[in-house]
Amino acid sequence: MSKSVGRSVTRVDAREKATGRARYTDDLCGREALVVKICHSTIAHGFVKSIDTALAEAVPGVVKVLTCFEAPDVPFPTAGHPWSTDPSHQDVADRLLLNRHVRYYGDEVAAVIAEDEVAAAQGVRALKVEYEELPFVLDVQEAMADGAPQLHEEYKNNILGHSDVRRGDYEAARREPGLIKVEGWYDTPTVQHCHIENHGCFAYEEAGRMVVVSSTQIPHIVRRVVGQALGMPWGKVRIIKPYIGGGFGNKQDALYEPLCAWCSAQVGGRLVKLECSREETFASNRVRHAIRTHIISYVRPDGTLAARKFESFSNQGAYASHGHGVNAKGMNAFPQLYPCPNVECDSWTVYTNRPAAGAMRGYGIPQAMFAGESHIDDICRAVGMTPLEFRRKNLMPVGYVDGFSKNELYHDTFNQCMDKGIEAIDYLRKYEAYKNQTGPIRRGVGLAVFWYNTAVWPISLESSSCRMVLNQDGSLQFQTGETEIGQGCDTAYSQMVADAVGIPFEHVHVVSTQDTDVTPFGTGAYASRQTYIGGFSIMQTALALRERILNIAHEQTRMPVSNLDLVDGQIVRKSDGRVLKSLGDLATESLYSLEHSQHITAETTAQIKSNAYSFGCSFAEVEVDIPMCKVKLLRMVNVHDCGRLINPALAEAQVHGGMSMAIGYGLSEELKFDEKTGKPLNGNLLDYKLSTFMDHPTLEAAFVENPEPTSPYGTKALGEPPACSGAPAIRNAVLNATGVAIDCCPITPHVFYRKFCEAGLIEE
Amino acid sequence: MEKHQIQYQTVHFNLNGKDVEKTVDVRASLTDMLRNDYHTLSVKKGCEVGECGACNVLIDGETFNSCIYLAVWAEGKRIRTLEGLMGPEGELSDIQQAFIDEAAIQCGFCTPGFIMSAVELLESGREYTDEELRKLLSGHLCRCTGYENILRAVKKTMYRRLGKEMPTA
Amino acid sequence: MYDMKALYQAKSVEDAVVLRLAHPEAQIIAGGSDVLVQMREGRRAGAELISIQTLDEIRGVSMEDDGTLRIGSLTSFSHITRDPLIQKYIRVLGEAVDQVGGPQIRNIGTIGGNTCNGVTSADSASTLHAWDAIVELTGPQGVRRQPIAEFYIKAGQVDIREGEIQTAILIPRESYENCFGHYIKYAMRNAMDIATLGTSVNVRLSADKKTVERARVAFGVAGPVPLRAAHAEALAAGQPVSLDLADRFARAVKEDINPRDSWRAAKDFRLHIAVESARRAFIESVKLAGGAL
Repeated sequence: MSKSVGRSVTRVDAREKATGRARYTDDLCGREALVVKICHSTIAHGFVKSIDTALAEAVPGVVKVLTCFEAPDVPFPTAGHPWSTDPSHQDVADRLLLNRHVRYYGDEVAAVIAEDEVAAAQGVRALKVEYEELPFVLDVQEAMADGAPQLHEEYKNNILGHSDVRRGDYEAARREPGLIKVEGWYDTPTVQHCHIENHGCFAYEEAGRMVVVSSTQIPHIVRRVVGQALGMPWGKVRIIKPYIGGGFGNKQDALYEPLCAWCSAQVGGRLVKLECSREETFASNRVRHAIRTHIISYVRPDGTLAARKFESFSNQGAYASHGHGVNAKGMNAFPQLYPCPNVECDSWTVYTNRPAAGAMRGYGIPQAMFAGESHIDDICRAVGMTPLEFRRKNLMPVGYVDGFSKNELYHDTFNQCMDKGIEAIDYLRKYEAYKNQTGPIRRGVGLAVFWYNTAVWPISLESSSCRMVLNQDGSLQFQTGETEIGQGCDTAYSQMVADAVGIPFEHVHVVSTQDTDVTPFGTGAYASRQTYIGGFSIMQTALALRERILNIAHEQTRMPVSNLDLVDGQIVRKSDGRVLKSLGDLATESLYSLEHSQHITAETTAQIKSNAYSFGCSFAEVEVDIPMCKVKLLRMVNVHDCGRLINPALAEAQVHGGMSMAIGYGLSEELKFDEKTGKPLNGNLLDYKLSTFMDHPTLEAAFVENPEPTSPYGTKALGEPPACSGAPAIRNAVLNATGVAIDCCPITPHVFYRKFCEAGLIEE
Repeated sequence: MEKHQIQYQTVHFNLNGKDVEKTVDVRASLTDMLRNDYHTLSVKKGCEVGECGACNVLIDGETFNSCIYLAVWAEGKRIRTLEGLMGPEGELSDIQQAFIDEAAIQCGFCTPGFIMSAVELLESGREYTDEELRKLLSGHLCRCTGYENILRAVKKTMYRRLGKEMPTA
Repeated sequence: MYDMKALYQAKSVEDAVVLRLAHPEAQIIAGGSDVLVQMREGRRAGAELISIQTLDEIRGVSMEDDGTLRIGSLTSFSHITRDPLIQKYIRVLGEAVDQVGGPQIRNIGTIGGNTCNGVTSADSASTLHAWDAIVELTGPQGVRRQPIAEFYIKAGQVDIREGEIQTAILIPRESYENCFGHYIKYAMRNAMDIATLGTSVNVRLSADKKTVERARVAFGVAGPVPLRAAHAEALAAGQPVSLDLADRFARAVKEDINPRDSWRAAKDFRLHIAVESARRAFIESVKLAGGAL
């Protein structure tokens, strides 16, 4: 049946992007736009006592100054989650457009609207903001302590969320004689998404409605949030999402669309644009949660797990955004990945005076895998097993079913993936060869697996809508609410549409831009849900369109529907395979028929009540220069089972990108804060160490294709999984090379220096 | 506050093969002028402080981040942007086609800058090692591709232009 | 757009001097990779600028009659690296500035700007210190020459006087003849980074390559300005080439350097890296000079 799915067809947007003709948000904004610049707080916690706007208003070109004292006091949520009609499941509404109570260094206190960016920036600098300072807290566990500065009154001890898992009897089980106790604390950093296009948007009124064009992953959700924040009926808000220069979860939040829309409304609906600078992207958008994890494992000498304890402390920053869901996801992976009969898990998500943490590629799993997979190698050392032996023995077995999601491991995915990686990197030989080295320069290989699941059911709604409109020539346009953010879903969807409808790939035209006025409802790009979830509505809509087409074919050919088929854009009589007419002829005749004119379209919504595991692993080979406290990544291999590949070339490319993010996570990226002021210290692309072209080895991606039975296309998550296991694989490779067990990432030269001094490998 | 006296200056330069002149505010960066006055929107703004490479253009054959280059410095220069690569009939240059063929494009925001750096190194007519290519392209940040397919695209084009077979790993 | 009060474009060195005198508050801008970034960040917002960017007369590398190597202040890093005279006589300088930022920054960044901003982490600065470079300044009173070590006053401040602009960096023949050097940039990534520590070592060996006649070492980010390690240099002078000498030379640098604790790196870490870098750069320099180790 399949002609298009499974082939590495060229991206549908490749030509536009290779010629510079693809239009991104700022490319579309009229040059007459007024410019908004935000005045951010220069303290980490406190109250704005007053703002003297006189000098700012006197700056030539400044049109309007808006402060926290006139902004509406209507708290709204920002997370890119589907709305819930059940108030107890709604996202925490703790955000205001501008804030009198400022909770992090960089919070929004005022906005200046001016005729150009220079005047707006001068206006911001001319504002005199007087603060009443309060004590602040940056560390997650300090924030939980009694007496810590309180960020949001209603959340005692700053605890935004707590959840747990209890299985068996941990306390009793850990008393079994002869057990080996392995305990570790693992720290992961605050990092930022660093999409190359900063978030930006512009807003204007049209016919009494507010239009916002935005660099977002979630136009339909942003529409709801803008409505909530401005107190407008949601139907009066229209969001348009053009091409965007990456998102990675940061743009899975309403960022500055509500503020921009409000600014436009304050100047009579004039065109107003708000573009984040890179510094604002670091300090005042969203970041990945820094999570501190504590794991205790009681292991039998034969390498089986008797009892395990897991505690994770997630640094939420100043506002809830995606909140506890991120940490909870990581915690829930723990008892599933290495099942153990006696488990105690607790996870806390805690407000601190840092930038708000939100969604970021992996959604809690990179943190959980760094801790969990580092810990597995620590166990291996303690019990004298190889990392491979232990994993083969203890990883989730085939047939495992998760009680909550009903996800099932149908295939021997972990072993198949590990076997591929072992062969690719010559792991077994190298692991043995490297384990007892001496000398200043040493090599090592490391392995880490990852757990991931697809989409958000059953935690939240999963639904997708699709519309198809047939043209006179037999080609069609289709739209979904799921968004192209660089990952390639426009192309994968086009392939799916071609096969499901029965037309050539070239006859499928994707409407890439989402416009909430015309695009069917869909929640957007997140949770690695696009191919899986979109596949349902595409298949369902294609079947509906086919049915309409075949009914019309019946009218036009007088053959019974049961004897008709649509194959490769032709109406075919099944009994003898004869082509009766082309789809183009059928569509033209139908549209212009004087008896019964019909525009052939279909639109359906699919609600999805399933989910799918998506597993795989990373292998890394490193060379550690001990005296220089440096590591060179020599090779990296990722192996994924994301079900059937829709487009192998794009899948491979997406894996490369995730591996790259994991390399930065493992070795260099960390947003740092001044302990004395709470100010970000390195919020720019020079001081924040995104790994460059020269920091990458050749990246190798491989796949195991076990079709996912719940998906119409046999596919499942691939967007985020590539970012999940790279960092612990590097960490475990360093362990193999040096015998030094690192307890945090990124593993920078500073960390090496500390750990090598402790280990006596270098003189202090 | 006193009204700022805007200083204007007329700049004559060659943009993608065509002699042009424009009177610009001296405060404008070359990025500003190219985007606002010439609508060469392939020139992207990713950081505006020379750290990401998205605004890279060729000036007299060398790569520059146009965000930290004053528009008035363009006087007498020959400036090339991605828009200048396409032929009159819409033919793509080999390097653009290679970016497409090697799946070196994802979100596409870093792509124009990368391609212009590739143009410079390809026009040198030299054969570079992988390590040299990585260094020559290291002034661009990309968050989508891990640089892997970008390297493949540039390398493939380099060997094709040199008329040599690309060595296998 | 930049928040710039006014732009004055110099048409010649003479004109630049006139503009400097007429606008003493104005900031000189050469390539722009520092000044424009600072202006964008708001630190120099509202400033007046004197652009010398187009003064081709102070661009390029040449050899003077007495063998002095002359590097025009506006010569970009990439042109320095590619220059045949640099490659022949002071190759390490070309290698050092080839590690500044990325290719586009090396096309716009100038050696004059790199030294005039007075920053200790500048990749050219430690090598220029280690090779006893002379800074040439042109002002209302004519040309003034000054050893680079005296040019740096304190962090971010250099000795440029009223009406002056820097017009060249000079390397005297005595300084480069038979000298071989190696630079190690220690940074957190392999491109687009500033040095956590810069170490530049050079040696001149005896004719039989068995004795160190002269060894010089300078560091960036080991103090508020680039600095030489005199104790280590004295220790090595006249000594037979050996690995043991490399170790002793390296340890001796601690006598002179004084890195600070900052969020970028801790003092003890920088000290450790300085010693290891000095050792490796010394060994490499000796090898380049034809010495056997």
